[in-house]
Order: sequence, then structure tokens, then C-alpha cells
Amino acid sequence: MSHPSPPAGVPTGRSGNGSSNSRSILDDTGIRRALTRIAHEILERNAEPESLYLVAIPNGGVPLARLLAQNLREIGGIDVAVGVLDTTLYRDDLTTTGRRPPLRRTEMPSAVDDRVVVLVDDVVKTGRTIRAAMDALMDFGRPRVVQVVGLVDRGHRELPIKLDYVGKNVPTRPGEIVRLRGKDGSLEPPLEVVVTHDSGGST
Amino acid sequence: MIGMDLLGIEDLEREDIERILETAVHMREIGERDVKKVPTLRGRTIVNLFFEPSTRTRASFEIAGKRLSADVVNFSPSSSSLKKSESILDTARTLDAMDPDAVIVRHAVAGVPRRIADVLDAPVINAGDGAHEHPTQALLDLFTVQQEKGRIDGLTVTIVGDIVHSRVARSNIYGFLKMGAEVRIAAPPPMIPPAAETLGVKAFTSLRESLEGADVVMALRIQNERLAGSCFPSVREYSATFGLDRAKLHYAKDDAIVMHPGPVNRGVELSQDLTDHRPSVILDQVRNGVAIRMAVLYLFSGRRRLAAREIER
Repeated sequence: MSHPSPPAGVPTGRSGNGSSNSRSILDDTGIRRALTRIAHEILERNAEPESLYLVAIPNGGVPLARLLAQNLREIGGIDVAVGVLDTTLYRDDLTTTGRRPPLRRTEMPSAVDDRVVVLVDDVVKTGRTIRAAMDALMDFGRPRVVQVVGLVDRGHRELPIKLDYVGKNVPTRPGEIVRLRGKDGSLEPPLEVVVTHDSGGST
Repeated sequence: MIGMDLLGIEDLEREDIERILETAVHMREIGERDVKKVPTLRGRTIVNLFFEPSTRTRASFEIAGKRLSADVVNFSPSSSSLKKSESILDTARTLDAMDPDAVIVRHAVAGVPRRIADVLDAPVINAGDGAHEHPTQALLDLFTVQQEKGRIDGLTVTIVGDIVHSRVARSNIYGFLKMGAEVRIAAPPPMIPPAAETLGVKAFTSLRESLEGADVVMALRIQNERLAGSCFPSVREYSATFGLDRAKLHYAKDDAIVMHPGPVNRGVELSQDLTDHRPSVILDQVRNGVAIRMAVLYLFSGRRRLAAREIER
């Protein structure tokens, strides 16, 4: 189902890396500001910050979880555990499409049992990745609470999944590609979120 | 671009090998979890079609398939049922009609997996055919070396033993050469293939010379029945000249590792002490075998040959 929505309300930013038809919708300052606010919200919502466990969904979630952990240290004076959880093997389209996407690393340094797990993703659209992440998480144990951070919420949800913390709501067309990127194609700062109009592939 | 079947390392490009090894890194992490299972191949069926007895390789494929949530069916036609005039290809066709998502084949005759692949819709994975190839063994050996040494390119690998009769040696020779290693073989002359040099390896009849500067020493299993034949006078003599122990290992690099595809004839290919302790990495090879086979099943299973041909048209 496609919901016709204008690409309105988004600033026209600089385009980098030579892609002519991409525009920035969130720059490094904007990302840091959003993550600082989200860190405050996480502390507000959770009475026992010591049970927090940030779990990043690679690749985009990894630098964001790192920044969030830094914020939580500065604001709340707490050292939160940070994990990385690849969702590829839990995707629901592997058997239907026959596609075999490359796997990414999973590193879960502490147990998730009885923790408040905060999943961190860069761009949330259909909700299928979050569904996969929750299934993967349950294989590691039984968290007390699972919450979700999405730096950018594009809408177009296909599953009943709601974000707990949102950096920015960005109405987009389904065919557009929205992604987090850093300096020279890496995920090192300065970070920015860009929209491209290229067809094919999705996040 | 990875092809339909995994019949031999000879067919793979370096990038294919790298992709399999990279995938295995992540599969290995699953084996370290409390719950060693992911839902990736749920509802898929994998058939182990073993015409030759095997415990280790079959179990490794079975565990790999189950860790990916596939249903694994073991099918070992006894020689008697084959004598009931059912040909190998008929057996394979019968299995194919049950719509498996991958068929893993072992046979004592070289080339049988390829013949089976010619008539099947499902992808075929070679689990060892005669003295031809044993690709997943070579992949797990490459993976083990990469994990131990951090690289394969530029290393010196010495393979010791009955090279001419060994599918493990052949697959490893292709694999290590494609990944940029120098490959040496060491054996009594009757165990060295006549065309060794054309494969791109250096052949030695002196173990000592073959070990100088080696980063990896791989001993092969000696088949006692072959030793009893013309290849070599006696087990004791083989062990004295080509059996590895700590003293002989001194000729290799100080940090050389010792590998063996198992099962080891203790005191023949490897000394008792070297079989059980570092620098031998035999049990790591076994552990890595499951990760490699998970990677292979992930990358190769689930495709349909006929559907692929339709698309080509």
C-alpha cells in the first residue's frame, strides 16, 4: 500500500559524495541535538537507569548507540552497556526472495535478562527490522522491557510497531531511500541523514 | 557471484571464498550463544545423501542445518538397496521429487555429485567425492587459518601425506593458492601426484625441507589399507620419516600451527602429544566446520535450478 505524501517539510541540504539527487534531511548538529534530547527522555522514562542496555541494529544504529551512551554518561552519570545485534538471519523475506544479504556482526557483551533493552536504529519504515530485532533479542534471554529509538521515522509501517523515542519524523515516498552516512562513506562523524531518489533497494 | 552448486573449490573465485569465510565469522558467533539457533531456514528441507559412510561430516552438516532451523533428513542408501537395480541417479531423482532445498552428497567415486547436480532441481553440495574434492573441508581449513593467523595471503602452507589419494589435499591446494598462500606438499614419492608442479605447488620428498619457514602444517590421514599396499613399506617407517612430532616441528616457523582433517591415527601422522595440544588446532577445525557449513547452507540453499533457467529465457 502506498500513501501518497509530499516530500514536504524537509530542508534542502547540501548533497555530498557526488550523488546529485540526494538531499540531507538531518545534519551532524541536528543528529547530536536529537540524541541529547532522547537521552533525557530515556532517563525520564526509566526509574532504574542502571538496568539500561542499549542494543544497536547495524550498521546505522552502531554510531548512534555510541553517541547515546556518551550522552547518558554525561547527563545521568551512568555507564550503560552497549551491544550490537544483527537482524539479517531473522528477516522474514529470506525464504521468499531467495536473497542472501551479507551478515553483520553481533556482539552482546552482557546478558539481556531482566534488563531494560533500548533498541537503536537509524531509519524506521515498515517495522520489519524491529520485529526481527525483537525475535533475535528473545534468543538472548528475557528482557524486562524493550523500547525502541528511531533517529528517523519515515512512516509506511507494515507491522503494529510504535517507536518510543523518535529523532525526527520525516514523511517520504515509499520508493525513496533514506540512510545515515558519515564521512567518506564510513559511519564516522560528521554524520548526516540523506534521502536519495534512486530506485531499487530499500532500508 | 556464487553459483548454483558447491561441487569443488576449483570452481570458486577468490571473492566467493572470501564471502563464505566472512559469513562463517558471523555463523560462529551463533555457536557461542546460549540458544544456538536462528530461524533463517525455517520450513526448508536439507537432505544428507551419503553413499559412503561418514560420521563426522554428516553430523557437522546436520548440526549446521538444524542451527539454521532447517529440517535435515539423513539418507544413506545401503549397498544392498542400490543392488536392487536402483541407480544413483534414480535415487537422486526420487529425493528431488520431495522438493528439498539442498542435497548434500558424498560418494566414493569422483564426479558423482556433478552427475547428480545435472539431474536435480535443488542445489547440490559436495561432501566428498572419491579423490576429487571435499570443498567444505578446505573452506573450514581456510577459515581456521584465517582465524589463527589473521590472514591467508602470503602464508606458507605445507601439506604432508598421501596427497595423490586425498580429496582434502586437492581442495586445500586450490583453496590456499586462490587465497594467495604458497603451498608445499611433502610425501614419499608414490604419494605425490605426477602433475603436482602444474597445480602450482612445490613438491618435497624431504619433510625437513618442506617445513622450513612454514606457517601452517597440515597432516593428512594415512589409510592403513593403502599403506599395506605398494605405497610405502610400513606404518612405522612412514611415521619415522613423515609423522609429525615436536622435534620435527622445530623446522617450521616458531608460531606454526598444526592441522589434521581427522580422525587422527595417533602416533602415525601426528605424535600423541601433538594430537591433543597446541599448536595443533584439530578441535577448532571441527568447531569451525559447523560454522562453515552453516555459511554454505545459508548461501547455497533454497534456489531452484529450473526456476533460474526460466528466468534466463
